[in-house]
Amino acid sequence: MIEVISADRCIRCDICERICPAFVFDRDETGLPVIARQDDCQTCFLCEIYCPTDALYVAEQADGPTGITEPDVLERDLFGAYARALGWNRGRAGGTRNDPTRHIRVAQV
Amino acid sequence: MASHRKERPAEEGRLIETDVLVVGGGPAAGWAALSAAEAGARVVLADKGYHGTSGATAPSNTGTWCVPPGEGRAASVEQRFKRTAGLADRRWMLRAADQAYENLQKLVEWGYPFPSEEDGSLYIANLRGPDYMRFLRQRVQKAGVTILDHHPILELLGDDDRVAGAAGLARRNGASFQVLAGAVVLATGGCAFFERILGGTGLTGDGYLFAAEAGASLSGMEFTGKYTLAPHGSSLNKGLPFRWATFYGADGEVLRNARGEPVTNGIGGGERQVAEALLAGPVYARLDLAEPAMQDWLRRGQPNCFQPYERMGINPFTDLFRVDLKYEGTVRGTGGIRIVSSDCGTGIAGLYAAGDAASREYVTGGISGGGAINASWAIASGWWAGHGAARHAHRRQGRDGSRLRPLGTTGLRGTAGPAVDLAAAARTVHDEIAPLDKSYWRTSATLEASGRVLEDLWSRLNEAPTATGIERLQAREVAAVTASARWTVAAAALRTESRGVHRRRDFPGESDAQASRIIVSGLDRVTAVRETLALETAQEG
Repeated sequence: MIEVISADRCIRCDICERICPAFVFDRDETGLPVIARQDDCQTCFLCEIYCPTDALYVAEQADGPTGITEPDVLERDLFGAYARALGWNRGRAGGTRNDPTRHIRVAQV
Repeated sequence: MASHRKERPAEEGRLIETDVLVVGGGPAAGWAALSAAEAGARVVLADKGYHGTSGATAPSNTGTWCVPPGEGRAASVEQRFKRTAGLADRRWMLRAADQAYENLQKLVEWGYPFPSEEDGSLYIANLRGPDYMRFLRQRVQKAGVTILDHHPILELLGDDDRVAGAAGLARRNGASFQVLAGAVVLATGGCAFFERILGGTGLTGDGYLFAAEAGASLSGMEFTGKYTLAPHGSSLNKGLPFRWATFYGADGEVLRNARGEPVTNGIGGGERQVAEALLAGPVYARLDLAEPAMQDWLRRGQPNCFQPYERMGINPFTDLFRVDLKYEGTVRGTGGIRIVSSDCGTGIAGLYAAGDAASREYVTGGISGGGAINASWAIASGWWAGHGAARHAHRRQGRDGSRLRPLGTTGLRGTAGPAVDLAAAARTVHDEIAPLDKSYWRTSATLEASGRVLEDLWSRLNEAPTATGIERLQAREVAAVTASARWTVAAAALRTESRGVHRRRDFPGESDAQASRIIVSGLDRVTAVRETLALETAQEG
């Protein structure tokens, strides 16, 4: 579930708050997102790819937090990992034209 | 660089009038909204989450059942029909194939960035969830649809013989709102029974409850014994990479089937053995059957599946990792609101259903799986429901809405009984439905035991004090999941055979006499009947 919001990277837009399907975020008086309802997070990773500055990190465990911290995420280069894999960039969609899934579908039968 | 808040706090008691209200935010909701708008209707789409990220499709990468017109289509339907446990309907399959194909062509016209084949033609049989749903939202906005994000509907509004609106709340502040509509499309998705699967926490069967409260019935609720593999503790119930997996016990020894062969292919023959092994203890996997080219395609084509591995710091092609079978209820199972007309009408005037909210038995029978035909069903049924709702709304123009009353019951109209801990109630329902020994395999004993627990919970929910403010959402979600569990148990108890994704340990074989659908209905008193008998009774009566 969502565990890390980087105050350094965050530009205080309201995108994560608006697009979260589970309505997990609030924002504080400075505009910084706050993980207000962490247990509602559905670990879909979509806030990460919509974030224009790769400021969010969703850990892989869906049932509870892992305790990972911002320095760990930075050290392991995990900010923006899903966006890079998809071909999304700065919150903008991209990369479907290079999706090789058709090869997988042919081979799966 | 603080930007302005674009979502204004909702005012209490906001009233919106429209022709068609679409409830939900996934692909079926998007297509229904586009369809109704194309038919000339004013459309409001009210979503519990955010239309574009909501539901099971947005975080996924889904194939479609993409069958071009021509002579091959009948053969394709025939081939697919063999995998429906005898309960699909070829006419519906054909028209779903046709409508889905037509709408995939619309995506091409609108400029959705499909990948190309080697010969330069577009490959349209796959839709990458985040991109597809974001694209669909943009089309819905362009069509002039009013989108209400984070505005869950709590109940329908109706009078004695029709549905004509709905009431809900704004998650930002709990404010109530109402939409008066000529017709309503329920595209609320399936029910994941509080299992934490990808995109599934909001899938609480809300539409089933709304429809039942309006008098509609459901079908196929016993075909809910559907599970898919995922890395342990993750949300990633995406089976495709497990096609190339070998499975191992806790001791690191490879699991073997009855013939002594290694257990492989977790989305095929290996699934049942993995399920059996999971009853005894932890199971591990390694994607060791994927050649280097396939490894590359999997990583680049299914990047969501690899997020857990990357974040855990393991290489799934070389390292063993622990797996779960995640329960998927009607999200991949087939049950849902029973459709009675070709425009996806529910039999209640003004009320339509689409996508996973509707029963998918007409196209998938008693077997499902993710994506593919389900994705095509969302596209086709959304389109039909949108048109049906728009036509109905047009006919109903000028009708007086003053006699409308709220149709909601459990969770909204309580008594002075003891309060119910809703989080504990959610765990109770989950634990009666999601475990492998409750829904992968069923017996009359487990079904009866679950039935007693669920009846008791339903009574307590009915007697609890009325929820207020934002708490109404959770109260209704728990009510909807509990109701869905009761319908599931009733249908599963009546089907005394194994068919499709309904497996009875006490009735392991398929019975020809039971090759018909099962219809469930009712709230405080649940009834389950076989469709063939229901039809005969109707004809005789």
